[in-house]
Amino acid sequence: MSYEVLVIGGGPAGLSAALNVRARGYGVLVVSNPPEESPLWKAERVENYLGLPGVTGAELLRTMHRHAKDAGVEFSAGKVLSTVRMGETWYVSIGADMENARALILAGGVARGKKFPGEAEFLGKGVSYCATCDGMLYRGKKVAVLGYTQTARREAEFLEGLGCAVTYFDRPKTCAISGDKQVERIVCDGKTAEVAGVFLLRPTMAPTDLFSDLAVENGYVAVDRRMATNLPGVFAAGDCTGGLLQVSKASGEGLIAGQSAAAYVAALLRKEKNN
Amino acid sequence: MAIKHFKTAEFDQEVEAATLSMVDFWADWCGPCKMLAPVVEAIAEQYAGKALVGKVNVDEEPDLARRFGVMSIPTVVFLKNGQEFDRKVGVMPEEAFTAVLDKEL
Repeated sequence: MSYEVLVIGGGPAGLSAALNVRARGYGVLVVSNPPEESPLWKAERVENYLGLPGVTGAELLRTMHRHAKDAGVEFSAGKVLSTVRMGETWYVSIGADMENARALILAGGVARGKKFPGEAEFLGKGVSYCATCDGMLYRGKKVAVLGYTQTARREAEFLEGLGCAVTYFDRPKTCAISGDKQVERIVCDGKTAEVAGVFLLRPTMAPTDLFSDLAVENGYVAVDRRMATNLPGVFAAGDCTGGLLQVSKASGEGLIAGQSAAAYVAALLRKEKNN
Repeated sequence: MAIKHFKTAEFDQEVEAATLSMVDFWADWCGPCKMLAPVVEAIAEQYAGKALVGKVNVDEEPDLARRFGVMSIPTVVFLKNGQEFDRKVGVMPEEAFTAVLDKEL
């Protein structure tokens, strides 16, 4: 499907961005994990969100989600794995699917992009971020799944269904992947598994893994006052831009990113009409 | 021009006959592969007559995927007279692939 704007992340920043894109009359898709996986969901009380003292994180997130949905925002559950720009359009892959949009808003929360030893080295040589994509290539082999989401268990079951022997690591803190030319073993929190493949299922891909040329500052996505990144048509909002991890800051940045993305799309459409 | 779909039986003969080839390993169930498809097709068109650009469906040709040790898709392998000299794993912009081809042309 084709949208004017695609938002990566369904927290306060992403939802606020999407709502404000809708306010300008454009089609917008939010791609995110289930709301229960948002860090805000677990907040028992949010004390400093203006006008709603003591609201629970879950309640706030549910209300925001409903607000966006009622405004015509579309939703897709899943994880964005990669992006590529062709012409003036961004293509985005989500599991086995693909969507495209004229502008993107990054609002996936904190993902530092810190990798385990061996992770980058063995990417494509046993390390994978997508069970759906690469599972078949590990049929009949031993694999490790490093699960950091609730949906990771289901992906491990999918791999077992394909005939993989799965060792499941539940949110391991420190892992090291090693081997000769390809992955041979992984050690997580002191436990070793001899495996041919490692599926790293984090809640979200690091922005720098989604966009190879994205500018970062101190590990966070670099943005200007319009929440524009250094890439054409790519905006960012919320925790991924650094600073305070607060709902008001995220939704405020989302508003700006949404309006900036809408203005970018409007200019693009005007240009195309005149050509 | 329709893009070349390699089959295991003819693969060796075809890439050995070509001075330069670029082979995209992909599958239906892979979103990133679908996204790379138009990029590879554009390159096939642009380099027609200069390089053999084609695709291998790892579902239909598992032996080729195994032989090339493809463990993550999309994987794009570059060959000179049938000998691999470079590969790129994952979705990348068109220039990442054309840069490899241009160096050899």
